[in-house]
Amino acid sequence: MMTNKKGRFGVHGGQYIPETLMNAVTELEIAYDFYKNDSEFNAELSRLFNEYAGRPSRLYYAERMTRDLGGAKIYLKREDLNHTGAHKINNVLGQALLAKRMGKTRLIAETGAGQHGVATATAAALMGMSCVIFMGEEDTKRQALNVYRMRLLGAEVIPVKTGTSTLKDAVSEAFREWTSRIDDTHYCLGSVMGPHPFPTIVRDFQSVISREIKAQILERENRLPDYIIACVGGGSNAIGSFYHFIDDSCVKLIGCEAAGRGVDTFETAATISTGKLGIFHGMKSYFCQDEYGQIAPVYSISAGLDYPGIGPEHAYLHDTGRAEYVAVTDEEAVNAFEYLSKTEGIIPAIESAHAVSYAMKLAPELSRENIIVITISGRGDKDCAAIARYRGENINE
Amino acid sequence: MQRLRGTEVRISMSNIHCAFENGKAFIPFITCGYPDIETTKAVVREAVKNGADLIELGIPFSDPTAEGVVIQSANYRALQGGITTDKVFDMVRELRNDIHIPMVFMTYANVIFSYGTERFISSCRDIQIDGIIVPDVPFEEKDEFLTECKRYGVDLISMIAPTSEDRIAKIAREAEGFLYIVSSLGVTGTRSEITTDLKAIINLVRKHTSIPCAIGFGISTPEQAKRMAEISDGAIVGSAIIKILAEYGTDSPVHVGEYVKSMKNAVRIVRD
Ligand SMILES: Cc1ncc(COP(=O)(O)O)c(C=O)c1O
Repeated sequence: MMTNKKGRFGVHGGQYIPETLMNAVTELEIAYDFYKNDSEFNAELSRLFNEYAGRPSRLYYAERMTRDLGGAKIYLKREDLNHTGAHKINNVLGQALLAKRMGKTRLIAETGAGQHGVATATAAALMGMSCVIFMGEEDTKRQALNVYRMRLLGAEVIPVKTGTSTLKDAVSEAFREWTSRIDDTHYCLGSVMGPHPFPTIVRDFQSVISREIKAQILERENRLPDYIIACVGGGSNAIGSFYHFIDDSCVKLIGCEAAGRGVDTFETAATISTGKLGIFHGMKSYFCQDEYGQIAPVYSISAGLDYPGIGPEHAYLHDTGRAEYVAVTDEEAVNAFEYLSKTEGIIPAIESAHAVSYAMKLAPELSRENIIVITISGRGDKDCAAIARYRGENINE
Repeated sequence: MQRLRGTEVRISMSNIHCAFENGKAFIPFITCGYPDIETTKAVVREAVKNGADLIELGIPFSDPTAEGVVIQSANYRALQGGITTDKVFDMVRELRNDIHIPMVFMTYANVIFSYGTERFISSCRDIQIDGIIVPDVPFEEKDEFLTECKRYGVDLISMIAPTSEDRIAKIAREAEGFLYIVSSLGVTGTRSEITTDLKAIINLVRKHTSIPCAIGFGISTPEQAKRMAEISDGAIVGSAIIKILAEYGTDSPVHVGEYVKSMKNAVRIVRD
């Protein structure tokens, strides 16, 4: 998918940011355009992916799940097996290496579930950079284990108390911090969102997921899959899983948004189902908002999907009908979380469980000849306390 | 009828230049609806009575990413109090019965976009709003609103920051109304010291445009305002005024009036 100079995907994208940051994103764009074609940079990134993050991640045939659901053949793309336990490390290693080449010595980032914060803190430790993570205060409570991990890795974690004290506020606060300190600091954005060039950079670093899926499935099945299913917060694991299949029109692409308590309630984070076109956090895209454009306080049991917007390339894939976006409730995601744990012995992140849930509905309607690939974007250890709480059990972490 | 006449009179140029014809300008920023709309009206009237040359009216946004904690919380409280874009328009319409100095809106792109860009900007013209300041719309994205702004004679105010460097020329060349010079890195909020070489920035601006330059972000004291006026055409003050509103609530108008008087006195006497 080509992006024009301003990083537009159809009408979406752009660079809606304060003047103070414009030269910073321009400098980033120039550096990225150079290094993405630099063989030394790419060799170093490949080495980090393979030696450090443990790539390629496995494409696992979920035989028991396939048999149990009695329809399509199900494969799991195991991003949960990456170092730090989620797909977030792919993007972070790329951006940290780029920042280092640009002469930056400090990384800042937002985090929702804490996975992107942990990945950023990890890369900062690895590359000898200092690190500050902004996390909604509400999320520091939901994901206390990840707060500890970030501190252990040497990062400073700043609880954000403004607005709804969740992911969108952490993003706003990280932008504010970047505005006040640009020279030595790179803002390591965690998803395919924000102003150009972030949606393109993050997508490119995450596209390793679909590149691997394609090679792995061709080797195993000698054909392309019928469905790729991934969860969508900002949309980085989903676009990474879709990217190399976008031109293969026979492969259906499905993004699973968090419906929270349901798309007909106010406690939802399903942007495509309930949002409308708007401009926020540097981009034009779909956002959950009221009639006056005030951003809605969204809700999902999953801190990583609890965001009122969606990346501009997804908004475009939705407009063109190339990808389909469905909403999955808390209850459905928790059921899938438990199901995959019991059926395959794999505890998925509650974010990823949204994708598992939709596959559980879809697979029985398909035939044995069909193939579904579900991206398991992360591991679920971080979620155990919250899911137990959801089920009315209090396990002290 | 009214509408048509308005179009003819105001088509190409707003009244913003009037704000800079009374010595160096003092420009207060006020978050609409904080703590309530009646207080906002009274504060505007007091500010004008005490020498404000142009009023910057903030339409609250849920997530004001260019704002420091003071203005953030004013936005939040105003929205909690039920302020909406339509209520702000009604307020301005009423103020226009007795307030004749230029007024501009300061708000975020989504507030304008979601209202319908044309509907928003034509309403600005109808209620005699002279310009809009949109901190999350840089030069590269100004086409988002520029066509409508030009059609309805509302100036789209551009900002220049300490990091603008090689961008200054192109921004200045196309600037309308006045140029908002951001004094320092970071978000809005009062600062004890402003260290940016603003004189160098303004000298560069002057090579490309003759429209007025006002400096904002971080200014709170008469001494700071005076120093800013010495190198520019005026000073913009936001957080310091919002702090008065936070302290005195509905009793603020008289206090804001006193403050505006002291600030205007500090800049008025400055000569180029
Ligand atoms: C495991 C996991 N999956 C998915 C997400 C959602 O992000 P994205 O939509 O960018 O993949 C997160 C975000 O925190 C996450 O931790």
